[in-house]
Amino acid sequence: MTTVVELMDYAEVVERFDPVLGLEVHVELSTATKMFCGCPNLFGGEPNTHVCPTCLGLPGALPVVNGKAVESAVRIGLALNCAIAPWCRFARKNYFYPDMPKNFQTSQYDEPIAFDGHLDVVLDDGEVVRIGIERAHMEEDTGKSLHVGGATGRIHGAEHSLLDYNRAGVPLIEIVTKPVTGMGARAPEVARAYVTALRDLLRAMDVSDVRMDQGSLRCDANVSLMPKGGTEFGTRTETKNVNSLRSVERAVRYEMTRHAAILADGGSIRQETRHFQEADGTTSAGRTKETAEDYRYFPEPDLVPIAPSKEWVEQLRTTLPELPWERRKRIQQEWNLTDEELRDLVNTGAADLVAATVDAGAEPGEARSWWVQFLTQQANTREVELAELAITPAQVATVIGLVKQGELTNKLAREVVQGVLDGEGEPGEVIERRGLKVVSDDSALITAVDEALAAQPDVVEKIRGGKVQAAGAIVGAVMKATKGQADAKRVRELIMERCQ
Amino acid sequence: MTDPTDLTKLSAAELAAKIHAREVTSAEVTRAHLDRIAAVDDHVHAFLHVDREGALAAAEAVDADLAAGRAPASPLAGVPLALKDVFTTKGIPTTCGSRTLEDWVPPYDATVTRRLREAGVVILGKTNMDEFAMGSSTENSAFGPTHNPWDHARIPGGSGGGSSASLAAFEAPLAIGTDTGGSIRQPGAVTGTVGVKPTYGGVSRYGLVAFSSSLDQGGPCARTVLDAALLHEVIGGHDPMDSTSIDAPVPPVVEAAREGARGDLSGMRIGVVSEFRGEGYQPGVLRSFEAAVDQLRALGAEVVEVSCPHFTYALPAYYLIAPSEASSNLARFDAMRYGLRVSDDGTHSAEEVMSLTREAGFGPEVKRRIMLGTYALSSGYYDAYYGSAQQVRTLIIRDFDAAFEQVDVLVSPTTPTTAFKIGERVDDPLAMYLADLCTIPSDLAGNAALSVPCGLSDEDGLPVGLQVMAPALADDRLYKVAAAYEGARDATAGSLVHQVPELNGAAR
Repeated sequence: MTTVVELMDYAEVVERFDPVLGLEVHVELSTATKMFCGCPNLFGGEPNTHVCPTCLGLPGALPVVNGKAVESAVRIGLALNCAIAPWCRFARKNYFYPDMPKNFQTSQYDEPIAFDGHLDVVLDDGEVVRIGIERAHMEEDTGKSLHVGGATGRIHGAEHSLLDYNRAGVPLIEIVTKPVTGMGARAPEVARAYVTALRDLLRAMDVSDVRMDQGSLRCDANVSLMPKGGTEFGTRTETKNVNSLRSVERAVRYEMTRHAAILADGGSIRQETRHFQEADGTTSAGRTKETAEDYRYFPEPDLVPIAPSKEWVEQLRTTLPELPWERRKRIQQEWNLTDEELRDLVNTGAADLVAATVDAGAEPGEARSWWVQFLTQQANTREVELAELAITPAQVATVIGLVKQGELTNKLAREVVQGVLDGEGEPGEVIERRGLKVVSDDSALITAVDEALAAQPDVVEKIRGGKVQAAGAIVGAVMKATKGQADAKRVRELIMERCQ
Repeated sequence: MTDPTDLTKLSAAELAAKIHAREVTSAEVTRAHLDRIAAVDDHVHAFLHVDREGALAAAEAVDADLAAGRAPASPLAGVPLALKDVFTTKGIPTTCGSRTLEDWVPPYDATVTRRLREAGVVILGKTNMDEFAMGSSTENSAFGPTHNPWDHARIPGGSGGGSSASLAAFEAPLAIGTDTGGSIRQPGAVTGTVGVKPTYGGVSRYGLVAFSSSLDQGGPCARTVLDAALLHEVIGGHDPMDSTSIDAPVPPVVEAAREGARGDLSGMRIGVVSEFRGEGYQPGVLRSFEAAVDQLRALGAEVVEVSCPHFTYALPAYYLIAPSEASSNLARFDAMRYGLRVSDDGTHSAEEVMSLTREAGFGPEVKRRIMLGTYALSSGYYDAYYGSAQQVRTLIIRDFDAAFEQVDVLVSPTTPTTAFKIGERVDDPLAMYLADLCTIPSDLAGNAALSVPCGLSDEDGLPVGLQVMAPALADDRLYKVAAAYEGARDATAGSLVHQVPELNGAAR
């Protein structure tokens, strides 16, 4: 089955071939309820607890469109510079699969709500690339299967399968690019930059959690090659559900080198879906699309058409937030950054995060140093993108505020942030659980100071003799005794008082 | 003490009046019907499930309310009803006449079910039907056919044969049906009862197990026009759970039925659809129909001939659209979540379990339509079949629009023939499909239509139906015309339904 592929050297790939990309991004909307029923739209939960007759597709149950989801779809369309359809419908996409309750997915087919737009994407060196957007359409998510007992975790070879329909009916927007051509060697980078820009945009709009690790943003990467200077697209493969920004780049690059090796060898590419392996950065074959699937689309008769009025669309346009790239321009001016400084900030992926942290009430300087230093370091050790860290700008701003108020020392603050990153909850909860509050109660400090002084009478003599810098040893001892929770400045003051 | 056999012969309006005046209890009325079911249903087989305990409990609750001096929850509070087994009923099996759902007990009530319960209507049980409402004879029920009370060797119409037969057999004074291509009106016609297909969207489809979503419409079945109107007002009206439900008040159908009963149709313009007479129609049916038209004229209506040229194409268009939607709607019956599951022995893949279950669970007519629909929707054929059918649908709507510019309502025979014999058309699906020839255009157009008994065919002594069709949201016109006609006909020939031959079982 598995054939070991000789990969072509990347420089040679781009020498001989022009890559063509097509990116399909699925975004789960963070509406309160599901797409077609009143069930809560929540990630996780005990299996099959957020379900009702409609999202389970029980006989007789009917869908009703979630108005908030339509609103989000229109806003996303506008942010992507799309035209908004004055009239559109849902369609049924018919195919059998155990995790799909009705065995058809209610989606949009030839009548998407938004179409023909673009997104400007800034590459690492500052170059701006315009990616064409074919369409953005609404659909519902499926349930999840857990295949138990097989070697691969896939359905084939499994002993049995468990089905969880909590996710069934969660509202999705699928955003499809037009073919991205002419990127040459930069194609993988462009793919990552596009998904990053899309994610930042959606986050700024507050329409989705955009958590790739939780599947609320999923990318399918289509890759094909044509001989250098060619015009006819080659056969493409679709690498499904790539779940991090870094993986998007790696998957595209891997597929380019794999296709090139096969083509150069006189072989042909099979049109198929592929799975990306995080561990070694390779892809493996999934379903082969030898015959085109026939989804037998037809207009969904259970739903009335959607007709967003011009007035409503224009009103929604006014609700679009400051877009990430506009904000970057603004912060450059406000913070007086050189192009290079801004680019560094952008390249670490920190610019929007810093801006958001400032928006949440932190000082720009503090916010910058937290993201560029400690948090970047954390992202590196955890091998995730900065923005994929499990901490929000608001949480960072909270921690910065606590330091400023003297509730936390810098050292304690870092521990609090660690706790948040480890999933221990909000900063307050981490402080509570780990007992990280600064000891501001003088009586407790005095006890510790007195004990330290009693233990080192010689140092006390030195201080009394005028050697003030000797106090450092006592401060150190007190800090040690209070497990770092004392305010060093206050400790020093107390030492001086006691030694007079 | 009232004689219980009398109670089953009364209309719903009469029963309600007696119950609300506390001359008789709802429990007595309910028990009388349950006893009648026990006595005759072996012969009729109108019911798939009788909920004796639930019905009596509901009846007693109504009685307790009335005894406490509270006003009845609705004009039909305390009256029993037979519910087509296509509506979900919490805690009561809902099979749709299929092996696939043989043991399925829904966890929720359809909106129609809920409205009936809230109105104090007593649900006696679930009635037999063609599997998933596909058929014109109730022979496609996986649980055996229903027999026409007029002649046990004949079909009671379909797919709502159980509902209409229960009325003609005096097992229930009221019933609910669903009409996709005529499944309320056609059984009404061949059993001598009243059946109404309200305007599409006039009665919620939530909890109605879907056959063809753009056509399915629940509606009332009764022995009198007034009873149907009373039931229409209980089940009709906007439902936020159904996106296609019309957000408008229910037309004043009860008022219209009472107005019509005064017997004056002057000022009313009635069109006779010229396409629905002549070749292929049983002469006795046409003679009854012509007599009905004369009667309408005598009531003061102006009668004109109207042509709807595209009605000829309604049947083929219907047999592309309905199966297309059905093929998709029925995809959910895959053994994964509820209902029948076969071959789950660990040696079969998920796909095989799905396929083998569907093979075992569906009858031949359902399979035929799934195949038809799958083919009609498949890429390469979509435009030729489904697409063309939708275009024909638009032409039919235009025919109606043009006709309703000239007249207030249209009339035709409800069915081309009287009830045929059980087994007669089983092997000839195309002949079977002709039974819905006259009813299908109103379904495709989504407007309102009704069938009211118009005498017995002089050839075979079997009931004939008069179909009245009205524009969308003008359901009240149907009731006015039908009530006027019903009153005049009963005055000259006596109530049709009381001429049902005594059932063999009744003597037991």
